[in-house]
Amino acid sequence: MSDSIIGAGPKRIDGQRKVTGAAPYAADHHPDNMAYGYGVFSTIARGTVTGLDLDAARQSPGVIDIFHHDHFPELHRSPSSMAQGNKVEETRLPFEDNQVHYEGQFVALVVADTFENARAAARKVGVSYQRDDNAIANLDQGVKAHGTQKGQGNHERGDAAGNFDGAAHSIDVTYTTPVENHNPMEMHASVASWEGDRLTIFESSQGVVQQRGALSKIFGIPQEHIRVESPFIGSGFGSKLWMWPHAVAVSAAAREIGRPVQLVVPRQQMFTTTGHRPETRQRMRLATDERGRLVSLRHESINTTSFTDQYVETCGSVTKSLYSCPNLLVSHETTRVNRGTPTSMRAPGAAPGLFALESAIDEMALAAGVDPLEFRMNNYATRDESQDLDFSSNHIREATEKAAEKFGWQDRNPEVGSMRDGHEIIGYGMAACNWEAIKRECEARVSLRADGTAYVTCATQDIGTGTYTIIAQTVSELTGLPLEKITVRLGDTSYPKGPISGGSWTTATTLPAIAAATREAIKELKGYATGEKGDFAGVDSDSDSLTFENGQLTHDGQSVDYVDVLKGQKLASADGHAHTQGADDKYSYRSFGAHFVEVRWDPGISNLRVSRVVSAIDVGRVINSMTARNQVEGAIVMGLGMAHFEATEYDARNGRPVNNNYAEYVVPVHADQPPEVDVILLDYPDLAFNEFGARGIGEIGITGMAAAVANAVYHATGKRIRDLPIFKEKLMENVPEVQSA
Amino acid sequence: MREFDYARADSPRQAVSTHGRSEQAAYLAGGTTLLDLVKIDIMRPDQVVDINRLDLNQIETLNDGRTRIGALVTNTALARDDRIKNEYAVLSEALLSGATTQLRNKATTAGNVMQRVRCPYFRDGVSSCNKREPGSGCAAIKGHNRSVHAVLGTSEQCIATHPSDMCVAMAAIGATVTVEGPDGQRDIGFLDFHLLPGDTPEREHALKPGELITHVTLDAPLENSRSGYLKLRDRASYQFALASSAVIVTLEGDTITNARVALGGVGTKPWRALEAEKALKGQKIGEASFTHAAGIAFKGATPYAHNAFKIPLGQQAIVRNLTTLTAQEDRRTS
Ligand SMILES: Cc1cc2nc3c(=O)[nH]c(=O)nc-3n(C[C@H](O)[C@H](O)[C@H](O)COP(=O)(O)OP(=O)(O)OC[C@H]3O[C@@H](n4cnc5c(N)ncnc54)[C@H](O)[C@@H]3O)c2cc1C
Ligand code: SF4
Repeated sequence: MSDSIIGAGPKRIDGQRKVTGAAPYAADHHPDNMAYGYGVFSTIARGTVTGLDLDAARQSPGVIDIFHHDHFPELHRSPSSMAQGNKVEETRLPFEDNQVHYEGQFVALVVADTFENARAAARKVGVSYQRDDNAIANLDQGVKAHGTQKGQGNHERGDAAGNFDGAAHSIDVTYTTPVENHNPMEMHASVASWEGDRLTIFESSQGVVQQRGALSKIFGIPQEHIRVESPFIGSGFGSKLWMWPHAVAVSAAAREIGRPVQLVVPRQQMFTTTGHRPETRQRMRLATDERGRLVSLRHESINTTSFTDQYVETCGSVTKSLYSCPNLLVSHETTRVNRGTPTSMRAPGAAPGLFALESAIDEMALAAGVDPLEFRMNNYATRDESQDLDFSSNHIREATEKAAEKFGWQDRNPEVGSMRDGHEIIGYGMAACNWEAIKRECEARVSLRADGTAYVTCATQDIGTGTYTIIAQTVSELTGLPLEKITVRLGDTSYPKGPISGGSWTTATTLPAIAAATREAIKELKGYATGEKGDFAGVDSDSDSLTFENGQLTHDGQSVDYVDVLKGQKLASADGHAHTQGADDKYSYRSFGAHFVEVRWDPGISNLRVSRVVSAIDVGRVINSMTARNQVEGAIVMGLGMAHFEATEYDARNGRPVNNNYAEYVVPVHADQPPEVDVILLDYPDLAFNEFGARGIGEIGITGMAAAVANAVYHATGKRIRDLPIFKEKLMENVPEVQSA
Repeated sequence: MREFDYARADSPRQAVSTHGRSEQAAYLAGGTTLLDLVKIDIMRPDQVVDINRLDLNQIETLNDGRTRIGALVTNTALARDDRIKNEYAVLSEALLSGATTQLRNKATTAGNVMQRVRCPYFRDGVSSCNKREPGSGCAAIKGHNRSVHAVLGTSEQCIATHPSDMCVAMAAIGATVTVEGPDGQRDIGFLDFHLLPGDTPEREHALKPGELITHVTLDAPLENSRSGYLKLRDRASYQFALASSAVIVTLEGDTITNARVALGGVGTKPWRALEAEKALKGQKIGEASFTHAAGIAFKGATPYAHNAFKIPLGQQAIVRNLTTLTAQEDRRTS
């Protein structure tokens, strides 16, 4: 496989179009006669809209119509089933009634001839409210006001409680993580147009097929009448997996006014009405025997959800199987707050969950008097005890060892604050990372064309990760065609059904379908070649002696270019279609890895920075070394943002999001990149999982990062930060006490 | 966005007469504050006077040793100017610590002086805010007030920081703001230019309606001084200061003969710490005298629920800045 294009690192085939501006994103579409929508958003978090004063807005230049709860077509809810292919996260429709459940909820939609006119008129809409002063602003308030409800994904084995008391060493600690927002660069945007009862919508979407299904249910029209297109996405991180209210509002508006309508969600409302990672509180109770072997592990989490929907952040998903422990409890609960509905954000469950678990493991190791690295080595599970299954392929020990060696863990002086460099105190920390490998059903079509090119379609998406490129690599591998001769089309529901771009399953899901479709096309080609008029007439087309390699059909020493086969018979193409299935349940399929982090804390100016990261990741076979590395590096940076910058703050008095913009919601910038980021990809094909042995790589890199940073911070400062983000004031001495308001 | 009249001025006179004495008119320089706030409907001018064609782009050394900066000199041009880099290092450093390259390329000297507060309650257009709607209250005092709220110079009516870095350096250096207005030309001392919120947080500066800033003139540099700007924040770039210090010192041997200290991120205006300067004068360099002076600078500071850390952080900004400037190996003269 040495000269195979699988595993090589070719550049993104869509890269040039993106950097030259030729790649059309959703809002770049301007169908003829298009109008613009702009939302009016609630300025209270809970209550009722009691009146709308529309006079000034109606008289504003260019206004076409203004939609609101008394003026909106009657639609239906989507049952929101992923299996049926119509999942939405927020099931309530926009303008369904006059109730307000969160600040930043649509209360009206102004449609005008230009963006500026729509926005100007939206500002003139007067909204009166009956404010409900009992808005629930955060998790604590939610739990206090109405307790919790049970979530899914729970697990129990052995007797965790019974084996906790009386254990040699134990800890009982609680961690919290704040709301985070995905903040993709590209805003959510929709451009909807109707022809009769047929809807075409351009959307920045990570899941065109699910969106079509949901729109079909909501508008009560056949799926075949709807086309959702999302050829390019300026990232999503999960916020674009499921359709949000704006797409429903804009589709309805376009039908009502009989013109295409475009709507771009303003940045402020990207904090309210397009999902977020919910706030979590996680209680961790761990106990070990004398030798530091886990004997009891409980991970009990609560996350916030909205008043309209139940979203469970499965914080304990990894806890079930990462470590060996006979007595274990994982439970998830939710509590309702006046915020929009949360949704998956890169490594949902695992990202906040591993902050708690991998911090707690560090605390447990210390309590047991064992080096955190050794503690993990002693306790890593060798099989999935939660499902009683073997892992398909698990190289976490090797990953941990390799990263530790490269990082120089053995040079770590375990004493807190003992390593210094000038003004700075150095801390070393580590954490495991982990993510489930998932493979879903998928369809794809491949045409080998008489002009010497291949044309590939699948209704999945490339969200910036490199899906276009790895699909082309796959076709190239099987046909010998160079990448330039392969056209890949994604992000359009008129193509064969593909998966949502999420869960790190796109690679494992699509490549087998692409490969199968390519083989089908080759088979069809062989059929033509061996047919009556073919170059190999009479040869058995299934015979092993008829081979296809590098574009050549060969039999008995005689070769024919496939183009000539087609041309000879005046055929346009040989086509293959495939429909592949999801993973079996013979094994527990997971990806593994470990992060090692160096932080530097300068107590003289209270400055914390992450100066070095070494991560070793075992994700099965790497399909494209460049895009794979890029995914992990990006996830590491996002993880350090999670560790010490990111938090959406809400005013505790009324639930108003306070820092809802790019200036005040702090994400890492270039200057925060650690000077050294070293990513080791182990590259062991997991052939039990699929023929390529690839498990997917988008999310694992962010898991464990926040814990690795927090553990390093503890090593540097002696302060155990259990509440993210690790703002400097949490590490400072002499901060005056202030009576809280 | 509301409709407004737009006019381009070719001379300061014309700019002033187009603007008139109206409170509803606004000069447009780089637009990085004005246009942002117009787009989110917080500033609502009915007349915008574009001053970008005015001939106010020079940086000149005057005979008396002062440096006169045209109102339209961009933050980038000012920071990169050789005289500024050499003689007013603190100013160049302060400018380069602010915003991003793109913003600094647009932002002007006068616009920077006039930039508005970053308080989210001011910007949301909904919350009670005495600055936006006098008499409506201050949502920040008992709300979320971590990063862009002050501990010095606050009042019961407003606690927003003045966000500028450049102005902190200018406060330390000493400067004069020259304005032209309906009543002619006048000079305003830099420290008198920005106003404390007091009971009138809607009044942010000493300009009378219609007055146009034409120049900011820096005092002559202190002879044999060294200076620097230290900005502390969460991320390493592109964030307003949580606390910052502009420091200028002159030394004789190990003794501080003169010191200027100004603070950013902690005050409701660019904050000159005159008492701290006095405390430094005549002292031997060293942690003891630096820490003592830093403590004085924050005497009487008022912490709020989320920003109490700025009191120790601001002191650290002073101490580290002084430490670096007076370190043997780094005795820069500017
Ligand atoms: C995202 C972001 C981050 C930023 N980060 C920082 C930072 O870290 N540090 C920092 O210091 N600043 C920062 N800034 C603020 C930036 O420095 C100011 O926006 C800029 O300096 C304003 O200059 P301008 O020329 O664009 O002003 P404009 O927007 O054109 O004008 C600002 C105000 O000044 C008035 N005005 C302009 N010229 C004159 C004049 N000659 N006479 C009288 N009035 C006048 C205008 O009417 C308006 O009210 C940031 C800004 C943004 C948007
Ligand atoms: S701090 Fe000032 S700007 Fe902020 S809400 Fe209060 S009055 Fe308004």
